Amino acid sequence: MKALRIHDRDRRFAASRLGSVLGSPNARGRGPLSLDTSAFQQAPTTEWQELKVMLSGICGSDLALIEGRASAYFDPWVTMPFIPGHEILARTAEGHRVVIDPVLGHQCRGLPVPDDVSAPADGHDYSHMVGGQIEPGIQTGFCCSAGGGWAERLWAHPSQMHSVPESFSDEQAVLIEPVAGAVHAALIALRSRDEAPLLSVIGLGTIGISTVAALRHFRPDARIVAAGRYPHQLEAARQVGADVVTRFDGLARALRRLTGTAMIGPDTGGGADSTLDCVGSGDTLRTSIGTTRPRGRVVAVGMPAEVTVDLAPLWHRETELVGAYTYGTEDVAGVRRHSFEHAIDVISSFPSPWLLSATYPLNRHRDALAHAATAGRRGTFKIAFDLREEN
Amino acid sequence: MPRPGFVLDVDRSTPPMLFWHGERFSLERLPADRSRVIYPAEPHPGLRDVRAEIRRAIAEPLDSEPLAELLNPDMKLTICFDDVSLSLPKMRRPDVRQLIVEAVLTEAAAAGVDDVHIIAALGLHRRMHDHELRHVLGDRVVDSFASSGHLYQHDAEDPDNLTVIGTTDHGEVVEINRRVAESDLVVYANVNQVAMDGGWKSLVTGVASYRCLSHHHNPQSLENTRSLMDRHHSALHHSIWRMGSVLRDHGPRVFQIETTINTDAFPSPFDFLSKREWEWTARDRASYLATSKSLDRTPTRISRRIFHSIKAPYAVTGVNAGFTETVHERTLAEVYRQHVVEVEGQTDILTMGIPFICPYNPDSVMNPILVMCMGLGYMFNMYRGRPLVREGGVIIMTHPTYREFDPAHHPSYIDFFDEVLADTTDPHEMSVKWERKYAEDEWYRHLYRTQNAYHGVHPFYAWYWGAHGRAWASRVIIVGGHPDTVRRLGFTPASTMTDAFELASDVVGTRPTITHLHVPSVLVADVR
Repeated sequence: MKALRIHDRDRRFAASRLGSVLGSPNARGRGPLSLDTSAFQQAPTTEWQELKVMLSGICGSDLALIEGRASAYFDPWVTMPFIPGHEILARTAEGHRVVIDPVLGHQCRGLPVPDDVSAPADGHDYSHMVGGQIEPGIQTGFCCSAGGGWAERLWAHPSQMHSVPESFSDEQAVLIEPVAGAVHAALIALRSRDEAPLLSVIGLGTIGISTVAALRHFRPDARIVAAGRYPHQLEAARQVGADVVTRFDGLARALRRLTGTAMIGPDTGGGADSTLDCVGSGDTLRTSIGTTRPRGRVVAVGMPAEVTVDLAPLWHRETELVGAYTYGTEDVAGVRRHSFEHAIDVISSFPSPWLLSATYPLNRHRDALAHAATAGRRGTFKIAFDLREEN
Repeated sequence: MPRPGFVLDVDRSTPPMLFWHGERFSLERLPADRSRVIYPAEPHPGLRDVRAEIRRAIAEPLDSEPLAELLNPDMKLTICFDDVSLSLPKMRRPDVRQLIVEAVLTEAAAAGVDDVHIIAALGLHRRMHDHELRHVLGDRVVDSFASSGHLYQHDAEDPDNLTVIGTTDHGEVVEINRRVAESDLVVYANVNQVAMDGGWKSLVTGVASYRCLSHHHNPQSLENTRSLMDRHHSALHHSIWRMGSVLRDHGPRVFQIETTINTDAFPSPFDFLSKREWEWTARDRASYLATSKSLDRTPTRISRRIFHSIKAPYAVTGVNAGFTETVHERTLAEVYRQHVVEVEGQTDILTMGIPFICPYNPDSVMNPILVMCMGLGYMFNMYRGRPLVREGGVIIMTHPTYREFDPAHHPSYIDFFDEVLADTTDPHEMSVKWERKYAEDEWYRHLYRTQNAYHGVHPFYAWYWGAHGRAWASRVIIVGGHPDTVRRLGFTPASTMTDAFELASDVVGTRPTITHLHVPSVLVADVR
């Protein structure tokens, strides 16, 4: 079986991190990732099913890991070597298309499921993610037992599998996982149920665009301001429902104009009710806090690593800073559904095929990763591996 | 005797022409046998003793009693003066406004007038900084009047200090500064650099409210202003003169003191700017090369600081005082005497280099909206009769058109660029859809009243200023401008002058006739 695998080789991580710091385009090539051909591993337990991968996306968190930018926080939560790839469209032995909720929850691990847990990422205790019948790992794509999407095949637990609607193309289906993440973040931002909330989205890559679409899906009355870097991103944000689009450096002023507040230094006196930071850099977190109204909410959607942020405005404005990790059971107007089900609704509501911009075979992984790392600059969004020929 | 302005027909022996390019220069070769260059007159000599001329003017005024006879101890006297938008660049000290104000104060003191206020007539412009007030009025006046609150700046957003004088027969409300309105005598200290300034415009714009200004600062008026330098064919000036009549009949007594200055705008390191290229000496060429090469290597912010620190060696060429309308006719005659250049017919293309400065960015950034305002508002309007370019022709400007703004002076300009121009570049549409929102924005209002920001509506006015030029030309091309910024203005970017002519050929053909407005373009082309 062909697979891209990440090995725990410190020197290669170090080279990758250095290359990343220096901005070298070859950093990913020298990193800890390699393409190999080996026997398909044993199933973790008899419950797990073999799936043939069709499409598997490249996520920002994958790139961060390969480039050595990921937080050390995750070191004890993953086991190497592992096969990355958690945005997965696959086919079952019976020929059904499924997408995977990659979180490795209680059921995957043969552990008793607490009462408050329906979806794998639910609950108030993540201890199970390093226990049970499989090796530690927060998700498929970060665990040596489960495999990942950047391979011809992988194992999946039935609790992870979600059927794909017949009407969905493969290209739409592979977006269900990232859009589900955006759904989860959007619903966190909308918890306070303001009247016609003013929502700000920073970063308009795949997750940012999906977040705008999800916000619009759940709150047609919201005013949504989307801040990005490239013209195609701004155009896409407008297409999926943003009322105002702006370059990142114009965000504060755009919010000022909408709210009639004052600019105070680089910040706004009032601002958005909630800001969804889909980048996760020190700059974007600082801007998020400074342009969200006092006692508003900032949702960290993009995975931050170690960043330097002045938290004085967080203190002064009594801002609620909250993360948005993956998906779960969402309660919308009293109805509890998995984020994936909402994601299917969101994707159905906006024309998204262009969101998957390019695909590559596994053996062109360097090109694929280079493309994914420069997707914005190159006028594209999601890049994925296409294994339909191999399977 | 200075040589008058003239028109040079370009032939094969004509050297490349000097163009402003923001904080830099360029030399551009214009096509032979179908291009012409309009040169301004050489600077006229100044008055030998300006203080004496001011004393004479206020003692022997036009259609008015001498100033001394209008003063008495029990009166309210208010002196208004032109703000920092004049002169460009700022003149060497002492500024002529200082000399006027000092002369008036001397007369007032002699007459025992105690109640004297001095007001900067800034309209909706930004408040002047302390150092600018000191430059214009001198330390003595500022130190004597500022601390007691008797020297201050007009606030067009202070409802308690505005009052309506009356309404014109066109329904235009004349609303001005209450202190001015309630004064027994208002003396206006003016410096006239171009024919647009002075007359009733001094008070009717300088101490007016937004409501009052909006009657003539709008797209309709400015599209029908043919041109700004010809008040008798300017809808803007017609409206202002109607308001002036209301002020004359129902307002305070006004004693207008107007001065004219010559065109000697740049001191000696920049002599080459005002010379004709074929007359450049070896020293001029060396000076140009040294200046332009060093500017090319200098960061823009440093070049900007250098240029804005220039103090112009302007000389005062005339002083007239008395009844506003009579005084202004004298002023205009003097301005035209210096500025008018007779030009035969129009051409297909008008080229002009846009400098680092316009009336709305002293000590500040020439942002993209001001590039438009300077090119299509001011320089295009430097005519009487007909524009230099035919209707449907092409205007080519040179400027880097960087997307840069001064957030302290031009806060609403930033939003105007991001929000309004992203929606429309049509002056009529934006006036209906956006103007009021900007005019009534509380944050802009606060910055205008308490800081040094232009009024929220000001970018609209700057844009309307170019409305006539924008409607007249079928294409506007900016050479060397930042492409995205130029496109946001609704114009066409070109990297070189040759490219610009190529782009223009879609509209005016491959052998168009060309007029170049030579720098510094302080002239009035009398186009026949």
